[in-house]
Amino acid sequence: MSLIDLVLWAFRLAVLVVVVWGTIATLIVGRYSGPQWVDFVEFGLAQGAIYAMIALGYTMVYGVLNMINFAHGEVFMGGAYTAYFVAQPLGAMGFLDRHLVAGLVFIVLVAMAASMGIALLVERVAYRPLRRAPRLIPLITAIGASFFLQYTFRSFFGAGVQSYPDIAALNGEWVFGGVHVRHTQALVLAAAVVMMLVLYAIVMRTRTGKAMRAVAEDRDAAALMGIDVDRIIVFTFALGGAMAGAAGVLYALVFKQVHFFMGFVPGIKAFTAAVLGGIGNVPGAMVGGLFLGVIESVGPALFLDGLGVPAPYQLRDVIGFTMLLIMLIFRPQGILGERLAAKRA
Amino acid sequence: MPQNAPRISADTPFKKPGSASGRTLRVGLLFGVASVYLCLAGIVESWSRRWVLADVIALGQVVLIVVGVAAGYVAVIRPEPRGGLALLRGIIAGVLAAACTAALLLLGAAINIRAMFINASPTLYAILTGGHDLAPGTAGLLIVGAVCGAGGAVLALLRPRVRSIVLRGLAAVVVLSIFQDLLQVMLQGSGPAAVVRNMLFSVDGPSISGAALVCVGTWAAGAASTYWGPRWRARASAGGAADRRLGGGALTIAIGIAILLVLPVAGGPFVAQVMVLVGLYILMGLGLNLEVGFAGLLDLGFVAFFAIGAYAMALLTSLGEVGIAHWSFWAAMPVAIAVSLVAGILFGIPVLRVRGDYLAIATLGLGEIVRLLVLSDALRPWLGGSFGVLAIPKPRLDGWELSGPKQIYYLTLVASALVAYVAWRLQDSRLGRAWMAIREDEDVAQALGIDLVSTKLLAYGLGGAMGGMGGAIFAVLVGSVFPHSFSLLISINVLVLIILGGLGSLWGVVVGALVLVGLPELLREFGEYRFLVYGIVLVVMMLVRPEGLVPASALQRELHSEEAPGGTRIEVGPVPAGPEGGD
Repeated sequence: MSLIDLVLWAFRLAVLVVVVWGTIATLIVGRYSGPQWVDFVEFGLAQGAIYAMIALGYTMVYGVLNMINFAHGEVFMGGAYTAYFVAQPLGAMGFLDRHLVAGLVFIVLVAMAASMGIALLVERVAYRPLRRAPRLIPLITAIGASFFLQYTFRSFFGAGVQSYPDIAALNGEWVFGGVHVRHTQALVLAAAVVMMLVLYAIVMRTRTGKAMRAVAEDRDAAALMGIDVDRIIVFTFALGGAMAGAAGVLYALVFKQVHFFMGFVPGIKAFTAAVLGGIGNVPGAMVGGLFLGVIESVGPALFLDGLGVPAPYQLRDVIGFTMLLIMLIFRPQGILGERLAAKRA
Repeated sequence: MPQNAPRISADTPFKKPGSASGRTLRVGLLFGVASVYLCLAGIVESWSRRWVLADVIALGQVVLIVVGVAAGYVAVIRPEPRGGLALLRGIIAGVLAAACTAALLLLGAAINIRAMFINASPTLYAILTGGHDLAPGTAGLLIVGAVCGAGGAVLALLRPRVRSIVLRGLAAVVVLSIFQDLLQVMLQGSGPAAVVRNMLFSVDGPSISGAALVCVGTWAAGAASTYWGPRWRARASAGGAADRRLGGGALTIAIGIAILLVLPVAGGPFVAQVMVLVGLYILMGLGLNLEVGFAGLLDLGFVAFFAIGAYAMALLTSLGEVGIAHWSFWAAMPVAIAVSLVAGILFGIPVLRVRGDYLAIATLGLGEIVRLLVLSDALRPWLGGSFGVLAIPKPRLDGWELSGPKQIYYLTLVASALVAYVAWRLQDSRLGRAWMAIREDEDVAQALGIDLVSTKLLAYGLGGAMGGMGGAIFAVLVGSVFPHSFSLLISINVLVLIILGGLGSLWGVVVGALVLVGLPELLREFGEYRFLVYGIVLVVMMLVRPEGLVPASALQRELHSEEAPGGTRIEVGPVPAGPEGGD
């Protein structure tokens, strides 16, 4: 055991050395100016807000079912992809330029509905019959469902990349004393924050939200109190799916494209965000998402550039995955603490 | 939980109490959705290029017919298949299923849905209408649906034994169609082979007489075995069954080995190539099986070992820029295996304390980190980055070069036989039993004195070594390695094949690799939908048959402890498609 501890300490130390040394070296070289750093942070916040919205689905499902909904990334993809078929004609007709807000709201609603449908379908087919099965089994069906969804979209709509319409009104930027704020990123961040506040209100203030928290606390006791557990689980999947669908549209606004495989990496990142914030913890997922987004966006430049790593941006995902590993190994209860730490196997 | 929640029961939709007509309606619509899915996913169209009966009916149409028949069957089989009303219910279900497809047809004729669904092409519509105009075509579709539904109802009314024989004959025709290219190659030449070939095939595909021959032959064989089989078995068990079974077993193994040895010669280089891939997946499957099947450590980053073995081999032998040693294959092989073994242990250390679902995600992350690092420019001077490692020489054996897939096939065969032997010996060893104890309950295993750390690390190490061996052979097979060959999809591929075969089962790995790697490579049409099918396989297997096609004996006992002990042996066959959920 001592050898293992040694290795783990060496791993921690290595990460720490890279981070500290890289940061100092980068700052000494000074290749990036202040506004550039602000740019990185801004982009990271927008990206992180999207992660956070997906992470909410993971965290809520984990809360009530104690399982990772591995197909959640595909729920996100499905919403964004379906909404593309609304966004494309709206953009071509010029509707989006004339009535920006109404158009976007409509697209988001379509995406939310589609994602919700997909999430409920997955729950019905792949999870519900296996409520009492060993833990490995629903995880495997989840992986299966994830592949099924990806390749269903691929066979239905083709393997190519579809471009979301370019919205002229969102291309501009505001300038505050040398700091550029892109309209898209501001919009994404604002929309995400509003939606997360609404979700938080639903979970904390409504009767169903209260029932959901009760189920997360203790499923059997909640059932004894007269809560229809299956209905609550369905509601949780629907809520998580809707958030993922909205996140899909926001993602498409930032990256301007959809693709059948686009759910995979954001899905894992969002899971990382959920773990970061403490899985089962709703505000934790929001904080964790934003934190991960910023680290990923700032990280390559801050940690790796100074070390002389060529093309550090290729290693963006490595930073994200390393964060995931560090969290899972050293602090699985997350930064803000897991509400259900005792229950995890 | 469920006992307090009667509103939504945890059962499959088919088990809900309800009127027979409601059930018929639901089943019909469900299968209708399935057939629309098959159309829109492009399966019907892309499979319509393969004849089941030459110039009469293609595989794409057969798929739709199967859906229609299944609708009739499922609608009738429960609650009780009886009486003339059953036939009516079957017809209604079949018509409903066809009506959904007809709706797609009408919708496609009214508006252009091809902008959205790329497969809603005129070719598809032509297949659905049978080449007729819209109105007669739609009517024809509905009539075919009715006939299919009636057929399904009749199947449901048959006695189970008769039904199984009938289905086997029809399935044999489909199998003949699926393997027609392969069979045609194998029956090349003149003499008796040509006679058989001309009997079975016309120019385009299986001829009607050939298909009829195969179908009737299978029926006859099925009837004969049903009639005489029990008697033979009784006679066999009367006199020295053990001796006979032993002799029979040895004979089967001898025939199996003979087939494996001549396969690449008889089937040509393409078959050899496919078999090499199957062999490599068997190697990886055996390795992952140690981790997941024996020790219960779900590893989604397994491709990392395959990559490490391949890169070790590539770097040690390559004559290209990044090659470091120019060693021979035989010198590099042990090193590649050792490197993967060490990599497995190093891989295992950080995730030692992570359990269950978290372990799956952690290994996934580790695997992706390996791939991204190999791909990055940062390590390009040593690993070649996205340009990969080129110019890997073929292995030489005493002046004889293992140049093509045919020769490498034998290498793979030897390697997988060796590894399978090791895995088989490990299974019941002290270590193997320790793994299984950990799989069942980590805490109890530890309490029994099993050293969790070294046992788990050995699972990762040995599993990694097997995967690395596969990677090393892959490197010499292809002659170059690129980071893009080592995506997550390979990990998933290996996972699916051991799950299909049966977790913890060695024969399961072989069967899984043959079905999931061999078939899609042989069948172009199927290969396109490979990952779609993998997804379905994972879900359906877990719902219907979590122990796999060839279950490991221990797992079989566990999952079916309530059934009769020492029951019949599980046949290797198609996944039961019935709606009965796993309970």
